Amino acid sequence: MKRLPVLWLLLWVCALYSAGIYLFVGGFLLVRLEVNRTSTCGDVLQPGEEPADFCRVQPRFRRAVLLIVDALKIDFTWFDPHNAAPRPYENKLPVLEETVSSRPAHSRLYPFRADPPTTTMQRIKGFTTGSLPTFVDVGNNFASSAILEDNLIHQFGQVGKRVVFMGDDTWENLFPKKFHRSLPFPSFNVKDLHTVDNGILQHLYTTMVSDDWDILVAHFLGVDHCGHRFGPDHPAMADKLTQMNGVIRSVMDRLQNDTLLVVMGDHGMTDTGDHGGESQKETDAAIFLYSPSPLFPAAPSEVGGRSEPDVVPQTDLVPTLALLLGVPIPYSSVGQVLLPVFPPHGQTKGAVGGLSQLEALWINAKQVNRFLETYSGMAKDIPPESLSRLKADFSRLSSEYLATVRRGRPPSPQLAASLQAYLTSVRDTCRATWARFNPLKMAAGLAILAFACLTCFVLSELSFELIREDGTGLRAPVAAALMTGGCVAAGQLSARGYVEVAWCLAAAALSSELLFLWRARRSGIAGAEKIGPTSGWLTPRRLLAPPVLVPLLRCASLLSDSYVIAEGRAVTFLVLSLALYIPIRLNWDGLLLPPSHDSLKAAGILPPPALSPSTVRKESGTLLACLGLLVGSLYLSLSFHACREEQGSCQPSPFLSPLSRLQDSRLKNLHYVLSVFALALWTYLLRRCLRHYGNLNSASGAVFAARWVLLLLSVCLALYWAVSATPEDSFRNLAELIAMAQLALPRAAFCLLGLGLALIWLDPLTVYAKTKVQASARGPSVPPRYRASTAISPQAELHHLIPQIYQRMRRSLDDDGELSAGSEADGRPAVEAYGLGTVYSAPLVLFCGLLGMGLLLLHPEGMALSFLLLLLQMGAVLHIHASSTTLSGLHGAGSGCFNVPWTPVVLWSLAATQFFHATGHLPTFPSIQWGAAFVGFPEGHTGTVLPASLVTLNTFASHILFSVGCPLLLFWPLVCEVRGGRPGTACSEEGEDAVMEMRLRENPQQFSSALLQLSTRYLFVLGAQVFASVCAAAILRRHLMVWKVFAPKLMFEASGFLVSSASLLIGVTLVLRVDVAVGRWFKRLIPDASR
Amino acid sequence: MWDHEIRAMASTHAIIAASVFMATVVPAALVRGFSVYGTHLPWLYAVSGAVAAVSVAAFWLLGISPPTKKHTLGYKEFPKSRCQAFSKGSQDKLIYKLSRLFRSCVYFFLSCLFFHAVVVLYGAPLIESALETFSLAVLLTSLTTLRCLCVLGPNVQAWIRVFSRHGAMSVWDTCLQITVACTLVGAWVGAFPIPLDWDRPWQVWPVSCSLGATIGFLTGLVAAPAWIHYHRKQLTYKCK
Ligand SMILES: [Zn+2]
Ligand SMILES: [Zn+2]
Repeated sequence: MKRLPVLWLLLWVCALYSAGIYLFVGGFLLVRLEVNRTSTCGDVLQPGEEPADFCRVQPRFRRAVLLIVDALKIDFTWFDPHNAAPRPYENKLPVLEETVSSRPAHSRLYPFRADPPTTTMQRIKGFTTGSLPTFVDVGNNFASSAILEDNLIHQFGQVGKRVVFMGDDTWENLFPKKFHRSLPFPSFNVKDLHTVDNGILQHLYTTMVSDDWDILVAHFLGVDHCGHRFGPDHPAMADKLTQMNGVIRSVMDRLQNDTLLVVMGDHGMTDTGDHGGESQKETDAAIFLYSPSPLFPAAPSEVGGRSEPDVVPQTDLVPTLALLLGVPIPYSSVGQVLLPVFPPHGQTKGAVGGLSQLEALWINAKQVNRFLETYSGMAKDIPPESLSRLKADFSRLSSEYLATVRRGRPPSPQLAASLQAYLTSVRDTCRATWARFNPLKMAAGLAILAFACLTCFVLSELSFELIREDGTGLRAPVAAALMTGGCVAAGQLSARGYVEVAWCLAAAALSSELLFLWRARRSGIAGAEKIGPTSGWLTPRRLLAPPVLVPLLRCASLLSDSYVIAEGRAVTFLVLSLALYIPIRLNWDGLLLPPSHDSLKAAGILPPPALSPSTVRKESGTLLACLGLLVGSLYLSLSFHACREEQGSCQPSPFLSPLSRLQDSRLKNLHYVLSVFALALWTYLLRRCLRHYGNLNSASGAVFAARWVLLLLSVCLALYWAVSATPEDSFRNLAELIAMAQLALPRAAFCLLGLGLALIWLDPLTVYAKTKVQASARGPSVPPRYRASTAISPQAELHHLIPQIYQRMRRSLDDDGELSAGSEADGRPAVEAYGLGTVYSAPLVLFCGLLGMGLLLLHPEGMALSFLLLLLQMGAVLHIHASSTTLSGLHGAGSGCFNVPWTPVVLWSLAATQFFHATGHLPTFPSIQWGAAFVGFPEGHTGTVLPASLVTLNTFASHILFSVGCPLLLFWPLVCEVRGGRPGTACSEEGEDAVMEMRLRENPQQFSSALLQLSTRYLFVLGAQVFASVCAAAILRRHLMVWKVFAPKLMFEASGFLVSSASLLIGVTLVLRVDVAVGRWFKRLIPDASR
Repeated sequence: MWDHEIRAMASTHAIIAASVFMATVVPAALVRGFSVYGTHLPWLYAVSGAVAAVSVAAFWLLGISPPTKKHTLGYKEFPKSRCQAFSKGSQDKLIYKLSRLFRSCVYFFLSCLFFHAVVVLYGAPLIESALETFSLAVLLTSLTTLRCLCVLGPNVQAWIRVFSRHGAMSVWDTCLQITVACTLVGAWVGAFPIPLDWDRPWQVWPVSCSLGATIGFLTGLVAAPAWIHYHRKQLTYKCK
């Protein structure tokens, strides 16, 4: 068998796809250039034109306290005295409402609208720099790096204000060494509701009464973590909000007259307590401003419409705070001052060092205009027409303003309004343009992906020829890739002085694809002459055939936002349609029912039946039963779906919430029992399957893994679920033990998993060879003849063995050149090999089983049921495939033609997507199950690699399982081979004996090509989906839903593809590894037996 | 060589299509507020009833006989129809007819349940709109199963046999293949607009599916005689 060529070809194809994805994503995801210039006190921002030191002026407030309550949704802050039965999150912050109504000149409460992405780090960036962090930054939530842009903290430091920080340690990463004093607490563990808050409370009041600070920032995380853990509608949220109420009250009591208090949330939360997206529930936080000295010149009722905003955008905090505290507005802020805190023109006399509304607006507008000029000089992404319009606006406004100031006239009220309008339009322009694409890179990525799909298809069609040839034909494409890549790099280096890797990659990938396709076309034409007309696969008739139509529909569905939103159900619908097509098609071909003699013989249409009627009946029965199983698991899998925010009347599956969230103990127990039952069934089914084919007899590593590791792992899992479901306060004495178990059990499970997988890898053979006594008694000169019989020896029966017999071992050995020819037959079997017939599939099944358990560990407990369905569905698809292969007699000719048709491959790949949804995942960022990162690491992580990979494993669990198990599609028809039903076929002279997977070993070349074909077909179906979602993102990049639906879908589809292709490579490599081991086993057996 | 049969088929189909049309138009003229979207279920039952009645009558008049087995010789002239049972004299035959009729009714009902189950498995809500789902199942049954009953009799084996490449034994079998496939594909395609966010009245469950099924059925009615007409040279039936 040619192993390396298969692997190299697959690696090459995966690399092509990855290059395409990399290029497209590089061009598609938004980039905003950071302006790393800072405002200084000497900047000409004063109302007049004369230069003056901005920072000399006595500011309105000397000190400020910023209380950031993470995820303080606006709903939490309303207070409705008439609400008799408030929900846990309602009416828990009465202090805000009390203050606002009793002291209107001192306080105000506004909705505070964050810009998406509503993740904490982006928000902190947003309300300290005043800019709009882009979509790309979402990924940085794990590795927050220092903010390089100008920001408030930096400005405070510049004027010598002492900033004291306490709370969420994200700040420490964003502003390293910027604080006068800082007390960071770990923020990563969302299950921990109290560490950060209690840490802050220990120091907050003592710090406030001391005089060692000017700016005090305290970031509370309890509310957010409570949302993530329990959701807003939970008693724990009431406790947390009540605690926050107390904190705000005590802070207000300790404030001095020169101090400003800001209480704010960085973002809101959805009804499930998550955030990250752009729904209004996530973006609308609250902001509460208070000062013991009068802060608002007018009461809200007096001011009326104009300057009293309904909603405060989050960017507006930066200029407001800067001007109130007397520091320059950070350079790249695009915010607008909050007008109500500034007195109207002419009333500034009494206030200390205050700016009037107009002055504040003027400073603000000048700063924004300066930023706009700098930015447009650096990057060309703001459309020139809107830029020139904004510039004209500003010059008109500035001349008008300066004229007003010079003449000392009271300004017209329109001036303030038009300044406000100017600022708003700048912000809107920026918001619109920071959706900037690189169309050239996108086009290159699209082209590479399209050609990669084509290459994959050609590869799957030509796999036989490619393997038959000596080389793989890969050398030239790779050489071409290296050459063109190098050339482009050199050209760039000489022309521009630096190398852009993306373009080198693009050139390399495209050239190697085109060279390969050109060569394939040439050899394809040569091959076509031999085989006959193979072209014309694009005829309408073939396009309408369900195995083509279903993936086409699936790809088309990725172009519609409604279908992406309803993806889980749509895919299930398609899977069901394709599954029902199989028996209908078989029946259409007259293969499903045993042929009735009278009609067919008379007509003479069919050749003499290849299978006996009873076999046909049995196989049809199996097929229909498995179809029933498949349909059942499809239907049940629908009940494990989560809900997108766009799906209005959707209830997320009750199995999705972890057991610790359930409050009803009876329900909890029921869920636990169900999960454990599913787990036990999973283990039992795997063992049962392995035992059935006699793979549990030898003493190899894989068998050890199957016997013990599998069992121990499931026990570990069940115990871990039990421990993590126990309510924290019910067993106070055992708290330490529980904490230890929560740490130790999953880690033990990880170790077991690693051990099991390593054992399978190192010693994958599950064959037990029993040498008969006669064999050893024979003289050494007589060459042995091996024969295995279907008869079950008593011993074997004791061990529940089903012996697999392999008669032509010697011939195969001759093929391998291991044994010299010239043997004689003595007609007696010398070696019985148990489990030889499933030597390839057994390790793979075991590998999948173990891996599935490991992945299950990262999911909520209830998902065990879904994983069980996944296993059942896998088995059902495999059996349907095997039965339909048998019924249609594809393996009948003994030609060694192991082609896997498209239908099961498509079914397999769609099932991966189906179970992505059925394990509670969705292609949206807020739905990522971050909890997976804390399985076994309840204290959080120090690095970012481990949590990221745990979350990836959790998210793409079904992709991984289906991809690793993909080679099973090749093996299963052989495993389920019908014995003795094939009279007159060439390949099994001794008709009763099962050869099963050894058939593959007899035809090493077909084995390689079939494996290659299967993998490339799978990759083609997956790649086509990636291509479709890439097309969707490219075509619909200005669509309303692009950031909500298509871009996340693209990211998930692309990362799913990368994970799948890596897993597929693992699966194929495992098969090849087994093949090596089988070769060695045969080698070893010969000297053994001939002794 | 089947010109006569094709002509008969075309005219039968014209009558059935007309009945669908009438079932839509006549109640709309007679009953206030009757419309396909607005009062979908009455429309659906009207169409089902009309198609069922016209099909049964037409196939009885045409005398399309289900292929009966040799050992049931003698009953094959007019095997399935309501009135027929009474017009024939013999007690034996009457009982036979009655049992056939009874079995046909049972099959009709079972087929409704079967379609209901399949539609639910395809993703229709299980409990909320069970009536709508079942109505769709009734429509599908009267468009497909009833035809099978008329042409083949209550014989599931024969139904399964007909839907294979060499299973058709007469022009009517081929016609059955085409209409049934068109109807089911129409209903299947009808499910596609449901998830779209267009908020049209015909996107409501099960309007698009039943419309799809009806349109598919009408297409099948037109396509079957045409197809058979153009392929009459290739068609060979083994034993009639
Ligand atoms: Zn947050
Ligand atoms: Zn959060």
